[in-house]
Amino acid sequence: MGYSGFRVIKEGLFGQKGWKPVWRDPEPKPEYDAVIIGGGGHGLSTAYYLAKEHGMTNIAVLEKGYIGGGNVGRNTTIVRANYFLPGNSEFYSHSLKLWETMEQDLNYNVMHSQRGLINLFHSDGQRDAFARRGNAMINQGDDAVLLDREGVREYLPYLDFDNVRFPIYGGLLHPRGGTARHDAVAWGYARGADQRGVDIIQNCEVTGIDIEGGKVKGVQTTRGVIRAKKVGIVVAGRSGQVAAMAGMRLPIESHVLQAFVTEGLKPVIDHVVSFGMGHFYISQSDKGGLVFGGDIDFYSSYAARGNLPMKEHVMDAAMTLMPMIGKAKVLRSWGGIMDMTPDGSPIIDKTDTEGLFIDCGWCYGGFKAVPGSGFSFAHLMATGNHHEPAAKFRLDRFRTGVGLMDEEGTGSQHNLH
Amino acid sequence: MRIDCPNCGERDRREFYYQGDAVVLNRPSEDAGAQAWDDYLHNRANPAGETRDLWFHEGGCRAWLVVERNTMTHAVHAATLAEKVKR
Ligand SMILES: Cc1cc2nc3c(=O)[nH]c(=O)nc-3n(C[C@H](O)[C@H](O)[C@H](O)COP(=O)(O)OP(=O)(O)OC[C@H]3O[C@@H](n4cnc5c(N)ncnc54)[C@H](O)[C@@H]3O)c2cc1C
Ligand SMILES: [Zn+2]
Repeated sequence: MGYSGFRVIKEGLFGQKGWKPVWRDPEPKPEYDAVIIGGGGHGLSTAYYLAKEHGMTNIAVLEKGYIGGGNVGRNTTIVRANYFLPGNSEFYSHSLKLWETMEQDLNYNVMHSQRGLINLFHSDGQRDAFARRGNAMINQGDDAVLLDREGVREYLPYLDFDNVRFPIYGGLLHPRGGTARHDAVAWGYARGADQRGVDIIQNCEVTGIDIEGGKVKGVQTTRGVIRAKKVGIVVAGRSGQVAAMAGMRLPIESHVLQAFVTEGLKPVIDHVVSFGMGHFYISQSDKGGLVFGGDIDFYSSYAARGNLPMKEHVMDAAMTLMPMIGKAKVLRSWGGIMDMTPDGSPIIDKTDTEGLFIDCGWCYGGFKAVPGSGFSFAHLMATGNHHEPAAKFRLDRFRTGVGLMDEEGTGSQHNLH
Repeated sequence: MRIDCPNCGERDRREFYYQGDAVVLNRPSEDAGAQAWDDYLHNRANPAGETRDLWFHEGGCRAWLVVERNTMTHAVHAATLAEKVKR
């Protein structure tokens, strides 16, 4: 059944009793045309576009936990297209366009809010770098406005502009940047895929990948053997482990990234704001909580919880940038496991095993990529050809050195991106 | 998280800089070929459990250490001077 304003009112009048679960809970079939390992944002959107764009409906998504339990339900929900290297630039541009039609396409309210993203700068050198980035964004067909100090003050009057150490020189405004409700994105794609016949199977961990004569034959799971002609690995922080089941060693190290939310407050921060000195960024959720975060903890980890030093760093940066935040109380903090690559850019590619595909390496920026990654990965799995906007996300770029995309120019070390 | 430096004793994680997997101690020879260099620079076992990685005691004795640690629990079991491990 579809959603509409009328239905919300009607259900409100009748005690909200008419809502039904929006996807089935099927038993796994013995065989599918394709299975997707991992029911995060990327796995679900891949399944949705396989069904919708390529008519592949005899497929399953295998999720070891529950839908929304991974990074797709843990991130700070920033959606943007402000990359500047060829490869990344066209991909995120395409993904943002899919965001702009997602709600109509899925008939699902993901609360996508293009409230504008402002990246602050604090020196002449940083201004030059942001001017260059802004030009690349405009060349790509997206939007960017270079704000001077007074320009930023109009949007964000509450910042400490005259901080002695890090005065604010200006900011790069990306008006189409913003946030979305992360769980809703997972649920919307799950519902859309299910409606087209995709089996979404939760509590089903893949424990092995069956390969015969260089071809994939299916997977071993905690709910039995499932045969499949095509298998896609889309497991974010667990990519290294699942790829090892197919004998692969990936250019990935898993790291923990933390995030924080305060108690609910009246509207105070209307945009997404990032500090240019020290890693800190913030937005306010529709419930009123200030949602913010910083850098990864820097050491490899699968713990999905972080340590105190990074918490302190994030709080220091917050107080430096907007001293008013000292009045707010932090309610919760949590962590997620990030699949970090040596150049900070992702991988959407075939593997040496026929029929086995991989989509990984999203580092801490894969939420905004959910529609674009699913669209391009589905294209690759269905047709065997790379989809143009994601054609540069090759696995072999690390071996050959051709086409590395180190957006921040920090070098070949997994934790520096 | 605290690391027991062989020179300085147990110290807070803040004193250390993290480099990555201890595989970086095994630098291949110049003519080892693309695959060996790819494995050295990029590819990782990335274990969920026991691991060996390289840390620099930046805020202390400035020695490089090989640390044995658990990536699931963050427990640190041992730290050895990298120069001893290499030989
Ligand atoms: C704190 C934090 C903040 C972030 N902020 C942002 C942001 O502001 N903007 C942005 O763009 N990105 C952000 N990210 C990154 C983004 O969340 C991730 O890059 C993205 O969600 C990863 O893709 P996914 O949704 O498919 O991952 P996940 O949701 O983690 O999905 C992977 C799934 O695979 C399943 N799985 C693993 N192993 C197996 C197995 N063997 N068998 C079956 N299933 C398996 C897991 O249970 C999991 O559900 C953030 C991440 C974190 C942790
Ligand atoms: Zn020491």
